[in-house]
This record gives sequence, C-alpha cells and structure tokens, in this order.
Amino acid sequence: MRTGADFAEIFAEDRRSSSAVLDDGRVEEVVSGRDRGAGIRVVAGETTGFAHTADLSASGLLAAASAAAAAASRGGGGTRTVPVGPLEARAMTVRVAPEDVPKHRKVELLTAADAAARSSGGAITQVSARYGDGRRRIVVADSDGLFASDDQVRTLFSVSCVASGDTGMQTGRESTGRTAGFELFDAYDVEDMARRAAQRALTKLAARPAPSGAMPVVVGPGGGGVLFHEACGHGLEADLVAKSASAFAGRVGEEVAVPAVTLVDDGTMAGEWGHYGIDDEGRPAARNVLIADGVLTDYMWDRVRARKQGRASSGNGRRQSYQHLPMVRMTNTFIANGSDDPADIVADTPHGVYVAQLGGGQVNTATGDFVFGMTEAYLIENGRITAPIREGNLIGNGPEVLRRIDALGDDFAMGSPGTCGKDGQGVPVGDGTPTLRVASLTVGGTAA
Amino acid sequence: MADSSLLEIAERVVGWAPSGVEVEAFAASESETEVRAYEGEVESLTAASSQGIGVRVVRDGRQGFAYAAALDDETLRETFAEALDNSGFGSPDEFAGVAEPDGVAPASLDLYREELAAFPTEDKVALALELERATLAADPRVSGVESAEYADSVYESAVATSRGVSATSKETGCYLAAFSLATERGDTQTGFGYSVGRHPGELSAETAGADAAHRATRLLGASKAPTRRLTVVLDPYVSAQFLAIVGATLSGEAVLKGRSIFADRMDAEVAAASLTLIDDATDADAYSASAIDAEGLATRRIPLISDGVLRAFLYDTYTARRAGVSSTGSAVRGGFKGTPGVGAHALRLVPGRRPQAEIVADVADGLLVQGVTGLHSGVNAVSGDFSVGAEGLRIRDGETAEPVREVTIASTLQRLLLDVVEVGGDLEYLPMSAAGVTLAIADVTMSGA
Repeated sequence: MRTGADFAEIFAEDRRSSSAVLDDGRVEEVVSGRDRGAGIRVVAGETTGFAHTADLSASGLLAAASAAAAAASRGGGGTRTVPVGPLEARAMTVRVAPEDVPKHRKVELLTAADAAARSSGGAITQVSARYGDGRRRIVVADSDGLFASDDQVRTLFSVSCVASGDTGMQTGRESTGRTAGFELFDAYDVEDMARRAAQRALTKLAARPAPSGAMPVVVGPGGGGVLFHEACGHGLEADLVAKSASAFAGRVGEEVAVPAVTLVDDGTMAGEWGHYGIDDEGRPAARNVLIADGVLTDYMWDRVRARKQGRASSGNGRRQSYQHLPMVRMTNTFIANGSDDPADIVADTPHGVYVAQLGGGQVNTATGDFVFGMTEAYLIENGRITAPIREGNLIGNGPEVLRRIDALGDDFAMGSPGTCGKDGQGVPVGDGTPTLRVASLTVGGTAA
Repeated sequence: MADSSLLEIAERVVGWAPSGVEVEAFAASESETEVRAYEGEVESLTAASSQGIGVRVVRDGRQGFAYAAALDDETLRETFAEALDNSGFGSPDEFAGVAEPDGVAPASLDLYREELAAFPTEDKVALALELERATLAADPRVSGVESAEYADSVYESAVATSRGVSATSKETGCYLAAFSLATERGDTQTGFGYSVGRHPGELSAETAGADAAHRATRLLGASKAPTRRLTVVLDPYVSAQFLAIVGATLSGEAVLKGRSIFADRMDAEVAAASLTLIDDATDADAYSASAIDAEGLATRRIPLISDGVLRAFLYDTYTARRAGVSSTGSAVRGGFKGTPGVGAHALRLVPGRRPQAEIVADVADGLLVQGVTGLHSGVNAVSGDFSVGAEGLRIRDGETAEPVREVTIASTLQRLLLDVVEVGGDLEYLPMSAAGVTLAIADVTMSGA
C-alpha cells in the first residue's frame, strides 16, 4: 500500500455462468461464460482511485494497484506492508450445483415450459423461456486486515407469453430466482409458471384502458415490495443521503410513515434473491431495520460512507462486478406483516385499482417522486375486483405515500426476483410485502 | 492493442472450425477513464481496460455460444470448445448461420480520435471539476451537484466468420454529465445536463453545467397538475428515448416472432405525414455511428418510415434468411458477452424547420416534457401500451407556464406516431442509439391530481 493512502482494498472475482434460451418454439442457444478479474481501490482523503484487471498474475495486479494508487493520490511513494487476518470463508448451501447438471436437463425445462404455455389456449401465439445459473466466487482483502471470501450461487427461470386476439397482443410473464442450485426446480414447477404467465396474457386480452388520475390502489401480497424499494429504499442509501440527494436526509428519529410500517433490509435471508454471505467489501450481510413502527431508524451503509461517519458498514456495499466500484445497495427489502384481513382491504375499497403484479420502477431520490409499472392489474368497483386493465405506470411521492398507507394485510409474501439498477450497475435484489392499500396514488392510464 | 491483433485473434479462432461447422468470433477491447468530481475534489477516478471474446458456433443448424473476458490462447481454446459443446443442445434451424460477405462496402467513417488517447488524465480531472463548478455557478439556486462526471472510452472490435467475413472497427467517445440539485423555499428539484464528443476538445462543461442548472431551476415550485388530455411537446432528450422504443418494434425479429405491432402494416400509414424515421449508422455525427454491424457487415442508411408510411424492417443475417430478404446490416450485440440480435444503430427523424419556441407558441393547452421515468416499467412494445412518469412545464396559450411534476403521460405507441403534429428543426445527437428532436404530439392523457 502506498503511503499517504487511508485505505486500500483488493476485490477478486471469478464468475461462471450458463444460460439457455427458448423462443419461437426453438432452443435458440445455450451459452457459457467465464469472467474473472480483480478491482483495486485506494482511498486517499476524499478521493478514491480505482483500477481493474483481468490479468490476475502478480505483475498484472501490481500494475492495477499502481494505477489505482496513482489515481487516488496522483503522487506519493513508498510502500507499507499490511498484515491480513486468516481467511474468513463463507459459502451458500447448495444441494445441486448447477455446473454438475447436464445441459440437456436445463434445456428440458425450457421445452416443458413452452409446451405447458402453448397448451393454455390457442390465443397463446408466442412463448419464450430462459434458464440461467451463475456461480460467483469473491475474495476481498483490505488494509484494515480484512480477508474474507464468499461463494454465491444463483439460479433463475422465466417465461414470457404473447396472447393475440381482436384487441391486439398482450404479454404475460412469470419468473422465479433463488440463491440456490438446481434444487430450485424441486420446489418450483416450470409448467405451473408457464401456465400462470399464459393466463396473465390471456386475461389481459379483455383488458380495458387503465383509468387516469388519483385513486386508492391496493397492491397484492409480494407485489408491493417494488413500491417500497422505489418509494423509500433508495432514499435510505447513505451515499445519496450524504449528498442531500434524498428526501429522507436528516430525518432519522422522525416519524416518516404511518405506525403500521416496519421496513427491513435483510441480506441474511437464505435462498432469497438478494442474499449473500459477505457484501462486495467483505462485510457480513446483516438484517437492518430501517423504519420501525413508522419511525426512521437508520440508513444503509457501505464502507466509505460508514468510515466517514465513524461507524460500521451495514453490509450493503455491493458492486456489479470486479469492474465496478462498490456503493450502497439494497438486498432483500420488505415490509413486515400488518394485521388487516386482505379480503377486507379490497371489500373496504369502493373504487380503485388492484395491482396483482408489478413490473419494476424508478425513483428520483432527491424529490421522492417515483413510478412503478403494473403488469397485471384490475379495477376495484364497489369493493370487488372486476375487469382487468391494460399496462401502465403509477406515480407517487415516496414521503407522501408512506403516510398514505391506510391498510396493511397479514399475508406477507416475497415478490419476484429483481435486478436493481443504480449508476449503471445492476445487482440482484428481493422484496416482499403483505397486501396493502395506498389511499391515493396516481394511475397513469388513458381512461377517464 | 492494435486492431490487427484483435482481428488475428478472431481469425485464429475461426480457423479452428472443423469441416461443416460454421464459426463466428467477435473480439473486443476497451479502455475507459471515468472521473467524478464532488465538492471541488476528485471523488473517484477509474482507469481500466477490458477485453474478451464471444464465439458462436453453428453445427447442423444448431447454435451454441460461449464468451470469456480474456484473450490468452488457453482461454480462447476453452471458449471455442465450450461453444462447440453448447451447439449440441440447440434446436436445429435451417436458417441459422454466420454472416457471409454481401458485397456492400462499409462506409468510410473516421470515428477514432488520436486526441482522446493523447489527452492527459490531469486534464480529464480538470474537466470534471470544471463541470461541477460551472453547474454551481450557473444559478444561485443550485444547492448542490449530485454527480459531475467525465467519462471516455476507446473501443476496438473485430469480427471474423468461417464464411469469409473479416471486419474491424475502432472508435473513441467521451462525455460530460451533470446532475444538479436546485433548492428554493424548501423545494428541491433535479436537472440533467450533458455534452458529448469523440474527443475532449469537443466537450463544453459550460453548456452541460448550464443545462443541468436550467433544467433543475425551472422545475422549482412544481406541483401535480389535474388530469386532462392535452398536447405534449417532447424535448429532444425525451423524444430520443421514445424513438428507441419505436425502433424496437421495427426489428425483423419482432416481426417474424409475432411480437411487433407493425408486423402487418408494411406500406401502410403508421405515422403522421410529417414523420420520416431513418436508421443510419453511417451518419458520422451520430454518437452510435459504426461502419460495420455486430456481424461484420456494412451498415447502411435505412428509411423505416417515409412521410408516415412504413417502408422497412431491420434484419440481421438470421432474420433476413428466414424472411427471404437481405440483411440490412442491423445486427447489434451488447459486447462480446452476447449473441448478435437485431436492432437499430442510430435512429433519427428527418427534422422539420422550426425551433422549439415556435412550436410551443402554437400550442394552446399543453405540456413541455423535459424528463420521463419508468420507460422500462410502463411501456410495452408488444401491446403498444405507453405510460410514463413525466415532469416539465405547462404550456398555456403558446407560453410556457408553471412547472409540473408527479404526473404521467399515456397513450399507445400506435396513437403517438399518428398524433404527431410537428417535428422540430432542432436535431440533437445524444449518447444513445437515437438522436432527439422536439416532437409535438396531440391528444395525450396527462394523469395527475
């Protein structure tokens, strides 16, 4: 480590992935990938220097380290030797390693899903399915003596269908992903998934244009996680808070949500899509309560932000790959159960929208304004779920929405696996909620 | 690394093809620098290079693919073997195959600037710091700069196939981007500004900073507007994102696989007569210009919609064979890790004559849209449903009026194209696969309070 630097770190990664894609009735391709390298970070004062290399030889690493040090300090010299502790190795429990599964078995999942979706009805005119697995081994060592490793395995399956009718085409999608191996398919039947995706597309053939304007919105179990991820999750990331680019900056200890809301980010949930043993700065994943009974308790932290505040990282320092700098990211973010009966929540809503499946979202953390998409939604009329409606976005303001949650069910479920994008980096995240109602959200449709 | 060596590598891999097996090798290398400034200091400086290879094998009509982020001989051999093995698991497809030379000569494009490679790191740092300073200085209401970034890239690629394709490309690009925070009376708004070029001498920190400040400050005091139908005037930055989605619906792949809303509309009026949409990667001014496509064939100028009439779809080698037409040089790929697919390279509308201010002056009741969100969650290119979050300024009697936030604008892709009332004259090249131009569209639903 160059003298003058406050902190230095090396992150090495070896990633192997395989995937298979079926589309238009054909297995289009089976793909294998190998990606390994190291990223070296040197922090001097307020400046971080970063370099990465795919050359893991001693000379390749030294060249990258010099580049990072030069970038951080643009000068200096000499070296300091830092002792590192014994390796703290972690690994996920995987029963069936995907790399040991013959490729033809992965392909068979695709063809089974295709057949099941197409048998759901003649209006199903197109099906695509994707299988993917990845094993990511990481090692982190830093100038504080940290030396830790993790072995992360993820397996994912998704099906998308197109249904065609007099009203045009509609799509339906279903996906599942776990931090697990091929045993995923003992618990999840790909044919069931395919039929659900097909049904979703078929249902929407009869969909009406979505309404427009502000109204009550009920989000089904599991679906609302995306809402909280966007409405307040990003705004509780310490890097954005530090730059005053969050509507939640300076509000720890304040009541920011109705008392029924307890928001948790938990990287320790084994099997969930956002789970890991250590984050990409070597810190163990943790369960962090962010909002307790409506009161903001803490933000999420990575190494650099925590260090400035003289506190510990919360285990939320993540990066897409060795080619990226870590930053504060969510893991599995969820709202704990409330006490309302989900059926009553709908029955008590005279007029509004019921969102059964959400399709991602986006937030401007500085203003708190966020959108999220509805990919399966229905009208609520006189306390009953009625006609399906076409796709669109809903828009709201995070701090306002947290105060407008007026019902929270007791039917908690995790939602679909997601990829969260921030500053051009994508990382796997999970989320979950019980059924909930927001008293007023703006539905972005075209109907009166 | 000189481009001859990338091509040598690609050709060496292709040379391993056993008899009767088709192989395509795509090798790429990239050097990048990124500098982020924050509060007068360098927040981070990243200097990195990366390289890799993607190998596609077609054996008995079955396709396999493998990639690796290294170019040493052992990795190349492993990757080739893995792609060959993977090909055993694909479904046979009579149209599958790698590209072969089609006699179209690549345009002569000079997309590489030695000035960028020679530009000292210290000067890149200075540009990022200057961008932050310019953003803060542009308006006293700018309270902070969330990010001020300089980024550049030197990118080289080579593609070779066992059917005789052998092509290379080399290009430089750089940009400045600022994201500003403006605060007044407890209200905070944000704004984005950028400047793009092939070398740093073409960048203007002043312009990018002033735009970021202007976009944030003009939204101060914004509120949610009542729901109504009105005319939207899309800023070039917004219309470019809209065009990129339209481009996806015109891919031959979407057409062949029954996922295009325009599949049966060839030679039909699909847009207002004022609209002519072209995909032209041979336009050297486009940020995404390229003389060759991702399969190594020459790119070309493709009029997709002419005076409102649908005239062409985009094809790569596979989709062209399947459709019984010729490739339009429209193969795209997300780097060496992906197989080629079909997509637009550099979309643009043929510009009209008037500047944005004159177009706004003709709108009695409208919304000038400066930013949209949720394009990935609220737009479905298969069904055509279009609903996005929007912010901007209300237009009343030809004048821009109060700022608006937390609303959505919604229609369908089909309706939006037909409802275009005017294409502006302010063509603007952006760091994406479409150029922007002011676009006025009537009868769009704005959902708000």
